[in-house]
Amino acid sequence: MDDITKAVHDYVVREYLEEGDEREVTETTPLISGGIVDSFSMVSLKRFLEKKYQVQIPDADATPDAFDTVQRIVALVHRFQKPATVGA
Amino acid sequence: MSNPVLCDELIAKSYEELTANFDWSVAERELGYKPGDPINIGWMCSDRMCRIGIADKVALYWEDYQGNQERFTFDDLRVLSNTVAQFIWELGIQPGERVCLFMDRVPELYIGMLGILKTGAVAQPLFSAFGDESLLVRLQNAETTAIITQKKHVHKVRKIREQLPNLRHIIIVDPGDSALQEREVAFRMEQMPRVEDFPVYPTTAESPSLLHYTSGTTGQPKGAQHVHYSIISQYLTTKWALDLQPDDIYWCNADPGWVTGTSYGIIGPWSNGATQVVLDSGFNAERWYSFLQKRRVTVWYSAPTAIRLLMKEGTDVVRRHDLSSLRYLASVGEPLNAEAVIWSEQAFGKPFHDTFWQTETGCIVITNFPGMPIKPGSMGRPFPGITATALNTKTYEPITETGIAGLVALRPGWPSQARGYWHNEAGYKAKFKNGWYLCGDRASIDSDGYYWFMGRDDDVINTGGHLVGPFEIESALLEHPAVHESAAVAKPDPVNMEVVKAFVTLKRGYEPSDDLELEIMNHIRKRLSPLAMPQEIEFVESLPKTRSGKIVRRVLRCKEFNEPVGDLSTIMDD
Repeated sequence: MDDITKAVHDYVVREYLEEGDEREVTETTPLISGGIVDSFSMVSLKRFLEKKYQVQIPDADATPDAFDTVQRIVALVHRFQKPATVGA
Repeated sequence: MSNPVLCDELIAKSYEELTANFDWSVAERELGYKPGDPINIGWMCSDRMCRIGIADKVALYWEDYQGNQERFTFDDLRVLSNTVAQFIWELGIQPGERVCLFMDRVPELYIGMLGILKTGAVAQPLFSAFGDESLLVRLQNAETTAIITQKKHVHKVRKIREQLPNLRHIIIVDPGDSALQEREVAFRMEQMPRVEDFPVYPTTAESPSLLHYTSGTTGQPKGAQHVHYSIISQYLTTKWALDLQPDDIYWCNADPGWVTGTSYGIIGPWSNGATQVVLDSGFNAERWYSFLQKRRVTVWYSAPTAIRLLMKEGTDVVRRHDLSSLRYLASVGEPLNAEAVIWSEQAFGKPFHDTFWQTETGCIVITNFPGMPIKPGSMGRPFPGITATALNTKTYEPITETGIAGLVALRPGWPSQARGYWHNEAGYKAKFKNGWYLCGDRASIDSDGYYWFMGRDDDVINTGGHLVGPFEIESALLEHPAVHESAAVAKPDPVNMEVVKAFVTLKRGYEPSDDLELEIMNHIRKRLSPLAMPQEIEFVESLPKTRSGKIVRRVLRCKEFNEPVGDLSTIMDD
């Protein structure tokens, strides 16, 4: 698990998985369709990603489908991250 | 546009004919009920179906997001609801006591409600995404005796149980191997001895049945008290407004934690003897369309928020599925915009029919009636037996001109009208003016008698079809250590119609930041619910107030909607 994947995974488990919910969350666990994150809570997850990774995710791209797994969320972050400056 | 295949009454008579000589006794006769006899919703939806010869018909196909499936016939409903009833009765729960259902959309939720009602106890369904604070205020107000829940939600009950002296039993349907704690008891429905015969409590028309909580502008949520006679209008509106027929496969997207999920996710379809399907899954367009295709759903009752999310996913995903079984589509929650109606005609070859009603009405009261021309964006016309109007906001007299906005009002007396608010007589009385029940919405009526929604008449926020009270949010905001004062208002939203926006002043020593905004958002989400979570927080220096110091939400709301604030002189003196 790379750094972004681990950070997103840990945030989801900490913030959205209910205390008594013993489901294991992997990179491919359905989050929205699995009822762990609902469409309203997606907004706070989006806000977390934008703040932590300094990205702007357009509302049109923030669909339930794009947020349905940790893997897809990470892909979304990569898509909107500015390319690293050469030599930085 | 293809025409729906209508039930016999709708083929034989026009809307005008049905309305002209309407009497609710048509539903009483069809349900075999004689005024004065006992009437029990739990029995009507299960035992009666077996008596009329459909014991072996499938009542419920259930599926979850992992693909687990179960199937229940009407005889299963009868026996398993007896089993729930027997268990509750043996715990010593008395008729009239409140039993809360706090579960995801698992079979025990649907069958459990019938079982509770069979004992004469009152079912109090609550949305399982509620946080502990939302749960606490509703259980305290109802003086709930027992709660039926799942292992994944029981920690919220454990957090608050010391503040709930009336809560004698915490019933867990899937306890697993974990140790039960104080007041907890396991109930594994499938492993319990099946109870063939249970002496159903002889509730009568006015016996309390369900207690559904709804939010208002002021104070904590109010418990709308329904009675067993409500089945009369829930049965008939399901048949006529949703055009549900015995051979239909019906899918209602609503969670039974809300009134749509009980009136039209349990009582309506099963009192009509229809097969319904339930998908215990969050939103996913591909999964939803696959489910519609697999179950060959014919009647689909959804919500504008879900429809707009489907619109966002486009029509390509629709085309990949065979949805030819769909016959009739309807929607409820908040007004269905014209674009969504037009899109559904393009995507499914059929329009969604908007229906209007609320927790207190218990059934659909204004609707785009099957067979009646749809005016996209309109709420439709009053259901037969419902006398509706738009009232002048000052005189509370019906507005006679067309196209003028007024308060949506109903003449009291239909079968499923809430009989009161639990422990809040004053709040219930305040809903009536001049002999009319006020819905809290504004609408105009056009020359054809169609109603057009204009907005709420109070500060309640309608988000994704659910009403959220600003007081509850503001109270929870004040629990956060950084918050000095707050105001919660509606903000327009393209998917949910409205979302919550909070204006916050901070205590000395705290500075506005993205971190703090996210922290406060998550605080509300966990304490109340995801619906109540502000989707935006604006940190301000001060909030607009009356001379006596009361926060004027209207100023903030108008700013969000880009509307003129109007004359504030009277309210500023409050």
